[in-house]
Amino acid sequence: MAIRTEQLLLNVGPQHPSTHGVFRIVVTIDGETIVNATPVMGYLHRGTEKLAEQLTYTQIIPYTDRMDYVSAMTNNYVLCHTVEKLMQLEVPERAEFLRLIVMELQRIASHLVWWGTYLLDIGAMSPFLYAFRDRERIIHLFNELCGARLTYFYMRIGGVKWDAPEGWLDRVRAFVPTMRAQMAQYDALVSGNEIFLARMKGIGTYDAQTAIAYGLSGANLRCTGVPYDVRTHHPYSLYDRFSFRVPIAHSGDCYARYCVRIAEIHESLNILEQALDVVPDGPIMGKVPRVVRPPEGEVTASIESPRGEIGCTIVSKGKDRPYRLKFRRPSFVNLQILPKLLIGESMTNLVTILGAIDIVVGEVDG
Amino acid sequence: MSMFVSAMTTAAVMMGITLGFVTYAIYAERKVLGWMQLRIGPNRVGPWGLLQTVADVLKLLLKEDIVPHKADRTMFLLAPIVAFVPSFTVIAALPFSEHLLLADITIGLLYVLAVSSISTLGIVLGGWASNNKYALLGGMRAAAQMISYEVPLLLSVVPVVMLAGSLRLGDIVQEQAGGFWHWYIVPQFFAFGVFLIASVAELNRTPFDLPEAESELVAGYHVEYSGFRFAFFMLAEYMYVFAMAAMTTVLFLGGWHAPHPALDVVPGVVWFVLKFVGVVFFLFWIRATLPRLRVDQLMGFAWTVLLPIALLDIVVTAIVQSIIR
Repeated sequence: MAIRTEQLLLNVGPQHPSTHGVFRIVVTIDGETIVNATPVMGYLHRGTEKLAEQLTYTQIIPYTDRMDYVSAMTNNYVLCHTVEKLMQLEVPERAEFLRLIVMELQRIASHLVWWGTYLLDIGAMSPFLYAFRDRERIIHLFNELCGARLTYFYMRIGGVKWDAPEGWLDRVRAFVPTMRAQMAQYDALVSGNEIFLARMKGIGTYDAQTAIAYGLSGANLRCTGVPYDVRTHHPYSLYDRFSFRVPIAHSGDCYARYCVRIAEIHESLNILEQALDVVPDGPIMGKVPRVVRPPEGEVTASIESPRGEIGCTIVSKGKDRPYRLKFRRPSFVNLQILPKLLIGESMTNLVTILGAIDIVVGEVDG
Repeated sequence: MSMFVSAMTTAAVMMGITLGFVTYAIYAERKVLGWMQLRIGPNRVGPWGLLQTVADVLKLLLKEDIVPHKADRTMFLLAPIVAFVPSFTVIAALPFSEHLLLADITIGLLYVLAVSSISTLGIVLGGWASNNKYALLGGMRAAAQMISYEVPLLLSVVPVVMLAGSLRLGDIVQEQAGGFWHWYIVPQFFAFGVFLIASVAELNRTPFDLPEAESELVAGYHVEYSGFRFAFFMLAEYMYVFAMAAMTTVLFLGGWHAPHPALDVVPGVVWFVLKFVGVVFFLFWIRATLPRLRVDQLMGFAWTVLLPIALLDIVVTAIVQSIIR
């Protein structure tokens, strides 16, 4: 006699430990196998883009802090960079150096948060606390620089708000070897762990074509062997002055994404090391009019955030506020592949796959 | 009558000791985990936070006893008791030293393993009766996991029984007298490994904590439980930590015997406690280190790795034993 079985509709989130915020996913499961998955987003939607239309350009910057709150510096940059592109503003060299340094520090901090929370998802508790200790060092550096730990509001159109305080650059320089030593320890603790490898290898696999078709970027794209990184393909800031590798992996699974992100931390440390030696003296703000009023026109710029390619499009009618502003938010774009990856996987792999995409719900919902 | 009174007194004392152990095992676990994770651990309630667990338990006792409206009420109320009672009865059969044991049962080993598996029912029952999807998944996982790991757990103690020639726990310890080279961990290292891994799985602890996998199932089978019913589940879990660590000590680490005959002047209980604490610390340690396995990997590991090793161990032990005789 056949046993009558039933599919189960399970609501994962918006209050769930592994959805990294208020993301919700409705899954239909047969036993523990997922037959259908529907992501539901928007619980953290604040209408940043619409609000921006009522704000002057400088006033928008703090809103970008709150979009991807794990990587506020890159968000600051993409907005300032786009406005500067539209206005054809010159940014002083020292300001650009400071921007680059904080962005790379932010990338490390962001990847550390990902690393810690991802391992927490997989069931290892300690790495989370180790990662947050090292992130704390970076946040402390940011705090010294701009007086904030998470939402920095550090960059301005045409430069940065604060110059590096006395000895700050040396402290960043001292941080680089410390972080390298820590990374070696983390590799010893996690990267070779049998359970860990068994949990990640071959899970959530897709190929380069699929990744490109879904518009994935960042580690989610590079894990399939596509070496696309905005920093090298369309160099912005001062990235063309430094030599660094774009880490790629080929297997396209969660483990590949893990390896890419770990390697990116090392590359960011390399960039930092090179940049810190050549920071020039000089002003930190360019010649910017008191009221930022870009000429009429439309402009798009994109940069490499820790989560992928973050873009900003501004339509200006020559006023001090944008007529229309649009962010290409990498978390949102990268998330679109999730339902496809989840079909046929188990509940446990749901957490593994979702975590490996590395979303920040503030950015998904905008 | 006096027999009854003395039995009751010992039982009460033993209960006090085990409850004290549970209280401070939770405290120790939080402290050890804290230190391993660059934290301080509990340090607010009482000196060095020593009263933290007491405060936690009191809080749980004072909380409202919530029974979900759609839950199967009888089953829901019964489940924590089913999980909890066997965990206490197991303690009775454990020999802590030559003279310190409550019930000297001739089939002590069988008794401990049999009774402890009743708790699985409580967990499955709790998961089912809660009428919560996460709890159900957790309960099902618990059932599958605990039944799978019971098999290698039982098989891994068979070689020990063969060597000792007795199921009485006291006899098993006596057979290991005379220095650490007589302990069964030496000839039965593989059985020890299988026993330790299977008992971690039985305890639902990292890396086998799938039934309550926080990141997937929120809290698993006890997601709907609150107050003292939740405390019962927690208590049962730590009682089994106590029982399994004691069993490991008895079966493989020579029980109350000193590692060298020259050290026999130290009372047996001290040695027992030292070994026991070592095992408990090991459990805390792996919790801080390892990630969690996946369900299918967990099952595969039990049936394709642990079970063959345990079976092979029995065969080899039997052959070697008959040759030596």
